[in-house]
Amino acid sequence: MSDHDSHAHETHSIRGYLFVYFALLAGTGFTVWASYIDLGHHWNIVLALVIACVKAFLVATYFMHLISEKKMIYSVLALTAFFFVGLMFLTLYSTHDFPAHTVTH
Amino acid sequence: MEIPYTSQTRPDTGLYNAKVGIWLFLASEVMLFGALFSAYILLRVGAPPGTWPHGWLNVPLGTLNTLVLITSSITTVLAWVALKEKNFGKFKLFHAITLICALTFVGIKSFEYRDKFMHYEIQLADGQIADGHFESATYMDQTSTNHTEHIEHRFRGISYTSVTPSATNDYSLSSVTIHGHKVQAHMELMKHANHEEMKEVEIPGAAIKSMQNYGPWHNTYTAIYFTLTGLHALHVIGGALVIGYLWLLGGAMWKTDPERFTNRIEVSGLFWHFVDLVWIFLFPVLYLL
Amino acid sequence: MQVTTHASSHAGAHEAHHEEGGFFRKYIFSTDHKVIGIQYGVTALFFLLFGFSLMLMMRWQIAHPGQALPFIGSLVHALVGDTAPAVIDKAGHLLGYSISADLYNSFGAMHGTIMVFLGVVPLAFAAFGNYLVPLMIGAPDMAFPRVNMASYQAYVLGGLIMLVSFFIPGGAARAGWTSYSPLATTIATDGQTFWLIGMIFLITSSLLGAVNFIVTIIQLRAPGMTWMRMPFFVWAQFVTSFILLLAFPPLEAAGVMQFMDRVAGTSFFLPTGLAIGGKLANISGGGSPLLWQHLFWFLGHPEVYVLILPAMGIVAEVIANNTRKPIWGYKSLVYSALAVGFLSFIVWAHHMYMTGMGQRVATFFQTTTMIISIPSVIILTCLFISLWGGSIRFNTPMLFVLAFLPMFGIGGLTGLPLGLSYADLHLHDTYYVIAHFHYVVAPGTIFALFAGVYYWYPKMTGRMMSEFWGKVHFWLSLIFMNMIFQPMFLQGMAGMLRRMADGGANYSAAHLNEMGVTAVGGLSPFIMSLHTWILWSAVGLGLAQIPFIINFFWSIKNGKKVESDNPWHATTLEWQTPTPPPHGNFAKAPTVYRGPYEYSAPGHATDFTPQNEPPKK
Repeated sequence: MSDHDSHAHETHSIRGYLFVYFALLAGTGFTVWASYIDLGHHWNIVLALVIACVKAFLVATYFMHLISEKKMIYSVLALTAFFFVGLMFLTLYSTHDFPAHTVTH
Repeated sequence: MEIPYTSQTRPDTGLYNAKVGIWLFLASEVMLFGALFSAYILLRVGAPPGTWPHGWLNVPLGTLNTLVLITSSITTVLAWVALKEKNFGKFKLFHAITLICALTFVGIKSFEYRDKFMHYEIQLADGQIADGHFESATYMDQTSTNHTEHIEHRFRGISYTSVTPSATNDYSLSSVTIHGHKVQAHMELMKHANHEEMKEVEIPGAAIKSMQNYGPWHNTYTAIYFTLTGLHALHVIGGALVIGYLWLLGGAMWKTDPERFTNRIEVSGLFWHFVDLVWIFLFPVLYLL
Repeated sequence: MQVTTHASSHAGAHEAHHEEGGFFRKYIFSTDHKVIGIQYGVTALFFLLFGFSLMLMMRWQIAHPGQALPFIGSLVHALVGDTAPAVIDKAGHLLGYSISADLYNSFGAMHGTIMVFLGVVPLAFAAFGNYLVPLMIGAPDMAFPRVNMASYQAYVLGGLIMLVSFFIPGGAARAGWTSYSPLATTIATDGQTFWLIGMIFLITSSLLGAVNFIVTIIQLRAPGMTWMRMPFFVWAQFVTSFILLLAFPPLEAAGVMQFMDRVAGTSFFLPTGLAIGGKLANISGGGSPLLWQHLFWFLGHPEVYVLILPAMGIVAEVIANNTRKPIWGYKSLVYSALAVGFLSFIVWAHHMYMTGMGQRVATFFQTTTMIISIPSVIILTCLFISLWGGSIRFNTPMLFVLAFLPMFGIGGLTGLPLGLSYADLHLHDTYYVIAHFHYVVAPGTIFALFAGVYYWYPKMTGRMMSEFWGKVHFWLSLIFMNMIFQPMFLQGMAGMLRRMADGGANYSAAHLNEMGVTAVGGLSPFIMSLHTWILWSAVGLGLAQIPFIINFFWSIKNGKKVESDNPWHATTLEWQTPTPPPHGNFAKAPTVYRGPYEYSAPGHATDFTPQNEPPKK
């Protein structure tokens, strides 16, 4: 049946899953280790978020099989990502765009 | 007419119904947690400099929880693979590990929550602040002034804003003993305190202006911490319940419609991976930054 | 969930046999999308009526501040107690009971909440959507029938919680349907907490419904039903579902946070230094009231497109059918609906121009707001042009839909000054806003929903509603709607603010003169007198609904029986089923050969060609 074929190549890559697993463990260790090193406040944040994004990407792509998913699912997720980013940045921007000479803190 | 594509994939989309359904649901969950993360960023960026706490959470425990969830993630995938290979026994084994991981996660989280509820900040009358974990309290029985009763309390509630005799129990707080330290200014509490400085501190009741534990009400950091991790934990429990249900009672459907059962394991697995994904962001954001 | 396959040709009897299971299984705990659609519809109509009655009492109070409520004053007092205080004349006689400011505010908050979340959205999206979408695409049911049942039950639970909140000590929520913090957080009544819990249930219901609709439309279209052959109503429901799916969760998050603020003492939305009644509040502070507003309006704006899109879908169906020609600009309609859905997510802060936002961010939102009017106008224009050259049948559904067009036009056009930040400076939070959005929703959406009821009634019941009383209902409603809301534009432009329990009496020129205040801009006697005009128009509108309610129930058993399964001679698939459609809808999946609006095709024997009619060889 068709869905057997579409999943066939995933069922053979247990090695692939294990590789992702160890990468995630390593990523966790790395992010904890990096948090004890002072890189300057903003760079710590950037590094932690980058590592988190890489780990999330691995989970989504390989564990959740997004790498072989269909266009329909990609479209829904792209739309969601766009709106999530919009919500986050526009809210932040709105609360930090002040008229000139506004005093804060 | 039967509902089509419950197990078979629809030719033009290549998907079966529940798979579309779960991804849509996960999209809405991204917006849910996304809104909470946006709230976190807004609150943190909006906090005056030096007023946002650091190091209030136990990093080793958080790291352990992260490893636990990552492990449960791979066992989830392997459980599904086992079903694809028609190996029901292996599926049972892997998802048993998944469930044990879920239980472990919730257990560790409960321990962490309790730790926060036992951690008190005590404003003293002389302007200093005592801060530490609750050890014991002594109460005086108001009905007979010379009678003092010593009560060991395990969990004592939310906050004391004043320490006058309360209407309940006719007891007034005679003294509190915490395992912690005293600081001069509130800002000093925002940084992770050294363990070496911690010792037993006994505070007489009369010296206490107010007392509050590190629950969600304590400040916006604890508020967003409890809300984010609490909602996440509810999702862990929910996911575990669904996987547990399928694990316990799946044998029947495996016999009558193995493809449909495999799809259910895939769909519940997708939810579980999402729960792991959220934690992958929660952990560094709350524990490390 | 259907496990057995039906190969029998005796579809009706077989299906009826399958759904047997007693009254409860068939009508209360049904998983059939048609039953669920009707459940949603009847429940929503009840809530609309309830919300309408709240408004009538509010309008009385506005026109006669502090005076005893006629007829029902004692009933209201019996139900809610002293928040409807006794009115006693100088001689000590009890004149009746009036509506206190607190009660007025709770009526106001609940009127908005009930109309939007318990009335219009369930009726437009869930009721019509559930009944029609599977039929229109040739599916046997929704993709997840049990989830469908759960979403209806969550809706009922949420609605009950909202209703119950009126009767608890302290009364219902009264911080507006927008529930802004810090007010909403600090109101002592538990009703405000009930509101939050009710909203969580309603949001859950909508999310489950949205998932169901999207999966159904993607996966369960019958063979030949390509995307561009779907009736526009289905496209509208598709876009609406995406809006609900992605816009509701941030409000759910905000609701959880406001709940935590109220119940667990957190300060998500409470700023440092907050003082209540002159005293510093005992809170941790550090929160942001603006955060609530952003999260609320992130849903709040897309929500209005949830209110209008299904209505536009209904309008398209009724116009095509009653002009006997295809809709003009089907592709434009579809792309515009998609554009509206997408853009609706990035305009929300036009509700927040007055919060002290900077110029750059205000300009951004103003720009996107202006841009979103383009696809909306395209949709309206396509529907207007569709009338050109048509053989128009002026039946009741068509009358409602014809009125929808200019009414929605007025509503939409009056939104433009509100979307422009400079004009909004004057108009924000005034009656102009009330007039604008009521024009869009009341003679807009609700007229389309009335049209839908009259139009699809024969498919659901096998009988026609009375045309005569339908026309009475239409003309009276149209006249009274305009009499209610037109004057509000004037009041708003004169500066009358929203949510004033005394109807602005404190700011009237008469009152200011009395107080010896020489001020420019007190509300003139003419503006104040409009309250009375509006009150009696509202009463008229209420009376105008009586023929509709009677018609609706009476016609179930006594309406004119339909002569065929397709009394309107329509092309879409829901009309190609038995009346009413059996469980499972179609014996086997229909095959679709053409688009949804093949009316008056040249060379065809009849002036309509159903979508599933096989092509002639």
